[in-house]
Amino acid sequence: MQLTNEIIRNRLTEKFGESLTEWAEPHSLLTFTALREDNLKILTFLYDDDALGFRFLTDLTGIHYPDRKGGELGVIYHLHNLVSNVRLRMKVFAPVEKPDVYTATGLFASANWMERETYDFFGVNFVGHPNLKRILNVDEMDYFPLRKEYPLEDQSRTDKDDAMFGR
Amino acid sequence: MSRPVRFNIKEKSTQDKGINMVDMPEGHSGEGFFATSLDKVIGLARKNSIWPLPFATSCCGIEFMATIASHYDLGRFGAERVGFSPRQCDLLMVMGTIAKKMGPVVKQVYLQMAEPRWVIAVGACASSGGVFDTYSVLQGIDQVVPVDVYVPGCPPRPEAILDGFMKIQELVQNESLRRRNGTQYKALLDSYGIQ
Repeated sequence: MQLTNEIIRNRLTEKFGESLTEWAEPHSLLTFTALREDNLKILTFLYDDDALGFRFLTDLTGIHYPDRKGGELGVIYHLHNLVSNVRLRMKVFAPVEKPDVYTATGLFASANWMERETYDFFGVNFVGHPNLKRILNVDEMDYFPLRKEYPLEDQSRTDKDDAMFGR
Repeated sequence: MSRPVRFNIKEKSTQDKGINMVDMPEGHSGEGFFATSLDKVIGLARKNSIWPLPFATSCCGIEFMATIASHYDLGRFGAERVGFSPRQCDLLMVMGTIAKKMGPVVKQVYLQMAEPRWVIAVGACASSGGVFDTYSVLQGIDQVVPVDVYVPGCPPRPEAILDGFMKIQELVQNESLRRRNGTQYKALLDSYGIQ
């Protein structure tokens, strides 16, 4: 039987019901938001279930919404069912004061470096990660660059004037 | 049925054969000897046998590949033998964007080179960070190593890289043999934290 978004949605809501919100299908990619405590449970369910079988983690990334109080830092998972060629997007949000999210490294080995990148740029603390340290930035960096409060430009330049360079 | 030959039929005289010889330095010559000053001879020898170390990171590396290929031939200038070991090279050619994380690596490579050594920053990113005015890109390699020649461009055409190389050749030819032992050079290295 063809795996459609309807089937996925029904199976997820019958198992996790209340914790899944904000269902959407932008460009027919089923997207939902989950509570951050349940992220590993949902990922394991999507992995183990034979009808669903989302066994490939395409992407694990972060995002920062400063206006979304209580859930500023988001972790976005892109899953893929290689057998039926169906994709899924799951979002979890965590407050910026305590950005703890359970790690997916037990389930997907590729989540290791992707979570390190998310930690490096957004500061999301992945609980249970074997080696959570900076991966792309300099190790001595003391802030998380992709959070919205920090500018893109290098602040050490004295020769560029703001009028000409639109900073 | 073979076609008649159309090109390259006229015999070329020796002058037109396109072979250039390096000019002799001024000196006193006689039967079987030629006397000139040592730094002129050494300058001549060094300038025409620079062994570059291509530190190619991004797009400028591709332009360097074009420069060293047959059409724009860097080998004409004596730089045929590119080495990737800093111990054996004279000229560090940094071509491409250097991230802040890569800065100590460039410095390490520079430190491993033996005197006399020169550095050419090819392209906008190596000279000043280029378009990438961000938290992760080093805004010019002169933050970590002393640079002799900057080649602007994004990426610079092979002719521009050759022009920069010819300027390095000028520097090499005219450099005094005692420059590396002098106080000004030491002060320059100290400003970079290099012993």
